[in-house]
Amino acid sequence: MSEGLLPLKTRGLCFAVREKQIIDQIDLTISGNDITVILGPNGAGKSVLLRLLHGFLEPSAGQVKWGGRDIDEDLRKRQVLVFQRPVMMRRSVADNIRFVLSLRRFSDRQERLEKALDLAGLKAQANQPAPRLSGGEQQRLAIAQAMVLDPEVVILDEPSSNLDPGATMAIERLIEVAQNEGKKIILVTHDLGQAKRVGNEIIFMHRGRIVEQGSCDNFFTDPKTPEAGAYLDGALLV
Amino acid sequence: MIRKTLLSLILILTLFAPTAQAQEKFIIVQSTTSTQNSGLFDYILPKFTAKTGIEVRVVAVGTGQAIKNAKNGDGDVLLVHAKPAEEKFVAAGWGLKRYDVMYNDFIIVGPPNDPAGISGLKDVVAALKKIASSKSFFASRGDDSGTNKKENRLWKSANINAEKDSGKWYRELGSGMGATLNTGVGMRAYVMSDRATWAKFANKGDYKIMVEGDARLFNQYGVILVSNKKHPRVKSQLGQRFINWLIGSEGQSAIGDYKLKGKQLFTPNAK
Amino acid sequence: MQEFNTSFAIAADLIFSAKPELLEIVMLSLRVTLSAVAIACAIGFPLGGMLAVARFPGRGALILLFNTLMGLPPVVVGLLVYMMLSNAGPLGFLQLLYTPAAMIIAQAVLITPLIIALTCQVIGSLFLEYEEQFKALVVPPKTAAAALLWDARYGLMTTALAGFGRAVAEVGAVIIVGGNIAHVTRVMTTAIALETSKGELALALALGFVLLCLAMGVNACVLAVRAIGEKRAYV
Repeated sequence: MSEGLLPLKTRGLCFAVREKQIIDQIDLTISGNDITVILGPNGAGKSVLLRLLHGFLEPSAGQVKWGGRDIDEDLRKRQVLVFQRPVMMRRSVADNIRFVLSLRRFSDRQERLEKALDLAGLKAQANQPAPRLSGGEQQRLAIAQAMVLDPEVVILDEPSSNLDPGATMAIERLIEVAQNEGKKIILVTHDLGQAKRVGNEIIFMHRGRIVEQGSCDNFFTDPKTPEAGAYLDGALLV
Repeated sequence: MIRKTLLSLILILTLFAPTAQAQEKFIIVQSTTSTQNSGLFDYILPKFTAKTGIEVRVVAVGTGQAIKNAKNGDGDVLLVHAKPAEEKFVAAGWGLKRYDVMYNDFIIVGPPNDPAGISGLKDVVAALKKIASSKSFFASRGDDSGTNKKENRLWKSANINAEKDSGKWYRELGSGMGATLNTGVGMRAYVMSDRATWAKFANKGDYKIMVEGDARLFNQYGVILVSNKKHPRVKSQLGQRFINWLIGSEGQSAIGDYKLKGKQLFTPNAK
Repeated sequence: MQEFNTSFAIAADLIFSAKPELLEIVMLSLRVTLSAVAIACAIGFPLGGMLAVARFPGRGALILLFNTLMGLPPVVVGLLVYMMLSNAGPLGFLQLLYTPAAMIIAQAVLITPLIIALTCQVIGSLFLEYEEQFKALVVPPKTAAAALLWDARYGLMTTALAGFGRAVAEVGAVIIVGGNIAHVTRVMTTAIALETSKGELALALALGFVLLCLAMGVNACVLAVRAIGEKRAYV
């Protein structure tokens, strides 16, 4: 493995659709091996920022650098993006994992398959069609199959936004497992409770800008900006 | 992916190659619909195959198309009925020699109410003149077939330019004999047909023979071996054996023996 | 039309008596058309898949081309293939004219654009579903197309059936390149054309019914397989 992916830096990052500036001049540095949570109200531009960081979207201006390097295919293979509504291929659970594994040169595919099924808690459903799984199971499968690719960074876009509390807990346990394996986690959520439970660092976004960045404890007890304060009080609208 | 595709293509084609080549001893005869539709080939060809082991594959199209196909080398023997065109074919070097095989005759059929009043006429040219002057429907093959060529010559003899009324009473169908009869019966038009196709035709409705017996309605069939000078793949030997049989005593008597409802359809006349 | 009633009776009689001549024609029809469909799918599935997934200049024009070629008249295809395979044509040395292989080629040429265009559509809509994931995982277009083709296999069966329907019903192409030679290249449709030209309308119609039954049998088989797949929720 070459140089580490971190720190992740953006300079003057912008993303516009037609005239609308969705991401507006973001300068950001993410480092450390812990869990960074990107928090903010709906429409703040969190999901777009994630896609720009991953390289899924091309910025309209500015740059994203991982460990000082520009994004290329090789780099994108070292970090994975898990979507809010994960794509379930029309295959069995096991075949979904097998497909993802087939994209990399692994010699131990069988072990990795079993590990992923284990992580997702889907051993019993291995041969069931993946599109038939419940929302929580689908999200677990998506995260587990992302993890067996051995990424250095896992980027999650609101992984539990549509899930009930039990399923949400299961997802958060998975995230912790991933972090314990030494993976950097970047997580988008608008769920304050979740941010508090799993976050180490908080990046707070509002209207396409980063308003505040700091440790989780400081953010919740002592927000520095009026926007963050209003958001914590449930009074901030886009 | 491309290599796999090609492989499967070759595989599928080779699956069929054996059937295409298994019967190595066969010839292709470019011929006309009248000989096929009348049932003549079904009757005489098995006799030839039984004797020689040579399978005869007949492609039945109009005389015009049969000649074109033969010029492309897509047949070993040509058996059609348009003597002037056949002689041109041989003169231009496409064929070796033309032999008379057999004849029958053309007839004009029409609806029983006979709007042109031609029923029973012996003079075909007079009949055509009556059809034209009464503007009764006439359905023409219009496909450059032997029958079509003959019909055009007869209009010429009658001094009538039927084509200028094409689309009015004169209907050019551009179809084979059977299809023209089907349509002609449907549109209550007079149709000129060869006697063999008419005899075997099953959709006559109330149609009757109106004109027959004029010497100008004579319908001669000829056979030609396609020249292997322009198309070396032509099976000259097998083709010549078929021609020899056809114009020899066995073939000639087989043609004479073919009868439909007790009536002989073709009269052998090889010299 | 009395033909209509009698032809039903003749059709029933034809089917139940299973005359060897009819059987021969039916089997040749099936053999020719199924082979043509196999070839058209072997070409059309990967091509249609790539067309749906890859982005390159001229892609829109290609899709337009294949959609247009879906309307290709069989007679034109027959003429083109005839000119290629004729002894006077460039592929005359293959000696394929007036053989079942020539009919297979003609039907394959006829339906390949249809298979490509429909595959592109089927794969395109599934690709919309998968696109995010493939993009995030940096899946190369060939792998993506292969995965999509596999996952859309039940939908593609209907595509193949559409090709089968067009091929088995056409007469214009096979009569030119096959020649409608008895026992060699006579298939259902050319037999129907022949009987019609003999004025044997009831028999021709009866053969038409037999052809329909044949097509129904093939469709039933494919739909049964599809139904099994649907039960497993992979559709």
